[in-house]
Amino acid sequence: MIRIAIAPLGSCSGCDVAIADIGEDFADIAKIAEIVYWPTGADLKLEDLEAIDYIDITLSHGSIRTSEQEEILKLLRKKSKVMVAFGSCACFGGIPGLVNLSPEREDVMRTAYESISTDKGEWPSEKSKIDGKILTLPKLYNLGHSHDSLVEMDYYVPGCPPVESQIRDLLGVAVAYSKGGELPPKGTVIAGARALCDECDREKPEKIVIDRFYRPHEKEADPNLCFLAQGIICMGPATRSGCGTRCINANMPCRGCFGPPPGIRDQGSKMLSAITSLLAADREAELGEEGLRELLERISDPTGTFYRFTLPSAIINRRLNDGR
Amino acid sequence: MARVGVFVCHCGFNIAGTVDVEKVAETLGKDKDVVFSTTYKYMCSGPGQTLVQEAIKEHRLDKVIIAACSPGMHEATFRSAAEDVGLNPYDVEIANIREQCSWVHDDMEKGTEKAIKIARSMVRKVVGNQPLEPVKVGVTPKVLVIGGGIAGIQAALDVADAGYEVILVEKETSIGGHMAQLSETFPTLDCSQCILTPKMVAVSRNPKIKLMTYSEVIDISGYVGNFKVKIKEKPRYVDPEKCNLCTDCEDVCPVVVPNEFDMGLSIRKAIYLPFPQAVPSTYTLDMEKCLGLDPIRCGKCIEVCDVEAIDYDVHPKIIEEEVGAIIVATGYDLYPKNMLGEYGYGEDEDIINGLEFERMLSASGPTKGEVRRPSDGKVPKRVVFIQCAGSRDPDNHLPYCSKICCMYTAKHAMLYKHHVEDGEAYIFYIDIRAAGKGYEEFIHRAMEEERIVYLRGKPSKVFRKGEKLVVWGVDTLLGEKIEIEADLVVLAMAMVPGKGTGEIIDVLNCAADENEFLKEVHPKLRPVESSTPGFFLAGAAQAPKDIPDTVAQASAAASKALSVIGQEYLEHEPAVAQVDEDLCSGCEVCISVCPYGAISPVGGHAEVNAVMCEGCGSCAAACPSGAMTLKNGTQEQIFDMIRSILQEG
Repeated sequence: MIRIAIAPLGSCSGCDVAIADIGEDFADIAKIAEIVYWPTGADLKLEDLEAIDYIDITLSHGSIRTSEQEEILKLLRKKSKVMVAFGSCACFGGIPGLVNLSPEREDVMRTAYESISTDKGEWPSEKSKIDGKILTLPKLYNLGHSHDSLVEMDYYVPGCPPVESQIRDLLGVAVAYSKGGELPPKGTVIAGARALCDECDREKPEKIVIDRFYRPHEKEADPNLCFLAQGIICMGPATRSGCGTRCINANMPCRGCFGPPPGIRDQGSKMLSAITSLLAADREAELGEEGLRELLERISDPTGTFYRFTLPSAIINRRLNDGR
Repeated sequence: MARVGVFVCHCGFNIAGTVDVEKVAETLGKDKDVVFSTTYKYMCSGPGQTLVQEAIKEHRLDKVIIAACSPGMHEATFRSAAEDVGLNPYDVEIANIREQCSWVHDDMEKGTEKAIKIARSMVRKVVGNQPLEPVKVGVTPKVLVIGGGIAGIQAALDVADAGYEVILVEKETSIGGHMAQLSETFPTLDCSQCILTPKMVAVSRNPKIKLMTYSEVIDISGYVGNFKVKIKEKPRYVDPEKCNLCTDCEDVCPVVVPNEFDMGLSIRKAIYLPFPQAVPSTYTLDMEKCLGLDPIRCGKCIEVCDVEAIDYDVHPKIIEEEVGAIIVATGYDLYPKNMLGEYGYGEDEDIINGLEFERMLSASGPTKGEVRRPSDGKVPKRVVFIQCAGSRDPDNHLPYCSKICCMYTAKHAMLYKHHVEDGEAYIFYIDIRAAGKGYEEFIHRAMEEERIVYLRGKPSKVFRKGEKLVVWGVDTLLGEKIEIEADLVVLAMAMVPGKGTGEIIDVLNCAADENEFLKEVHPKLRPVESSTPGFFLAGAAQAPKDIPDTVAQASAAASKALSVIGQEYLEHEPAVAQVDEDLCSGCEVCISVCPYGAISPVGGHAEVNAVMCEGCGSCAAACPSGAMTLKNGTQEQIFDMIRSILQEG
């Protein structure tokens, strides 16, 4: 039997649900492994983790933004033979990573504890005395982090959350591990090997030209036609395949949760250069700088659009110092 | 490890005046990949090239950086010099420290610092370069000439005379173009048709020329050396083989329409020969105007045609041809009179344009060569000619000079005086532009010998007053208002790109300038080439020009086309885009941004046609999955270059 840990950090627990969602196959894990740590499944605390002497495979998920999360991640790394970054937060920083654009921690505190609806404007401090006892709270960082920016990771399973086929592939790795078989090379991303368009069967016109951007709610999209050709930003071209086009099947554009395709570090800037290349490609001279700027300004949240899941791992990834 | 040599050129004082070239060479010499660096006064000179070659041999250099002028100037020089001593030419790169550095700065210290950064970044690039071989492609030894005016005729004859096959496509029923409409030509006053028709006949008799009149190019694909064209041949409904030009059909045809060849000043029938010397010499049935060939509707021509040349049951034919080069000679039109509100919007019959006047002067024209007012047929005793009608007026009309109007207006006035000896001719002009062989003398003759009154100024208004046309203007030399009552006003209308030119720009997808004339690659050094390789330009489709210039440019275009099709194969620059099929997801972003149509989707991924690709890199920049790269301009190379520029010192 091998020892498995499933460790939520700053997580919405969607990744836990995704693991549980594989249904009866979940029982297969039990044949080869003992789940020694899974706070979402059983009530386990930091002391319990500290008490475990080693772990074979850890699936860590969720964002890192507090000193506690960092501490747990480092502890997991120390005890685990294989660390798997599970889900987009673990791989790239995820949606919580958009915090890197936000104002300083003090502003967050002010909003939370000093707004009109809050009775007592008292900020929690990292150490406070309550009823004669010392209460310690973790430190809140300014920035979100991907797991591999803090510790070495062995495998990556992107997705918000990852899909069933990836979890099965990961299970395959666990089985191989348990039998002492050959493992994928370190750094392997358990997902597709190309960009998402490879899996998408929407039709494309001879030339894609974007004359105007539409947000998904502004237009009823033709379910058979490439989103980009309809002026709806679809992250598919700059996103790793492997999800089975689940959003696109629901007639919603790809939001990019699988992160950049192989060989690409910065998903957002790649998509941005693709989009701007397509923008009014046949009318650039006619529109001029001003006209193009007006078209571009219709993208209401460029960072949130192009770096929705990957801001902390982008080349330009923050607005201020970490304060860690 | 690469063994890079860096050669820094003084370019006299051009570079050395602002850049400390010794310091550039010394600093670059310390680079980890550089094994040799030096400077020389003129690196492009014979001794300079020898210096590079000797250093390559002596220091066993495998990469070379020439820090000098723009690669547009001497890249080819140094690449071939290096190739002579065994280097791959693509292992030689130019660091432009002249146009991009010394010429635009005056601070020696900062100029030197920048030159070092430029040279160092090119070292990083050349280290990442792969040796490349030119892409070779076979050539179809045939030329397509579009447009059968004097430009197209001359180009077709030149190519055919060199022994190559030509397809000459003309959209009208006969070749000849506007030149066939002219009466006499300046500055010699020889008869236009007399000098043109021998060339037209030569075209029809030349076995190397396939003449396709009443035809249009509707589609083109491929690339230089190997174009595929689709030509639509409209039906004439008259078999040229059978027609014996007896005129019986024309005589019985009841349909009368304005004759385009005479600028609408005469009439023709629905079945017609555009003009007596037309090539091909055959009738055409204008189906839009014809009443119908069945006996109930009309059918008179079919009845009288003894040789049974008329056949209603023919249809447009699409003919596909393969050619190696294309000469575009689609000519000009005149700026429409209805654009000129100040001169009556073209509504007064007696305000005519230059081509209408040409037809009037022509022996075969509507008045058999007599000058007559269109309104009442009287001989006009006073004619006002107005130059720059629509030209050189950026606020209201066209910004450019139409180039030929000064000359043909002088000719018109002169010919008018020859026809009407007691007539008075007035010419309003802004400036006289007579810069051609014999042109100044011709103008001088018009002014001094032919007693034509030249008035410097542009009329503000022309309007009718009873039998007369009143021309209001100002003589700007005397500062006096002028009012002339004229019998006829002739407008020297601006030249605009022909209708066919606009259509062909769309079909060929070739570059046009701001006035919709075809655009040359370089106005001085490459004046007959389009930016699309394999397309050449001739005549007024490129810019207003007279007959000598048109013929000269047509011959130039023919020789350029011959230099393409005369080769067994073409060599194409190999630094083009390439796709990593394993990474490409088939998103087609690259296809959408490629300005050359060089990329197509094949089996779910993009494929680059290396011959059509011009290596611009748009696709590589736009590719969101990193599958598209430019050979010797990869992302890794660009990052290395940026890092080296950001590096201190």
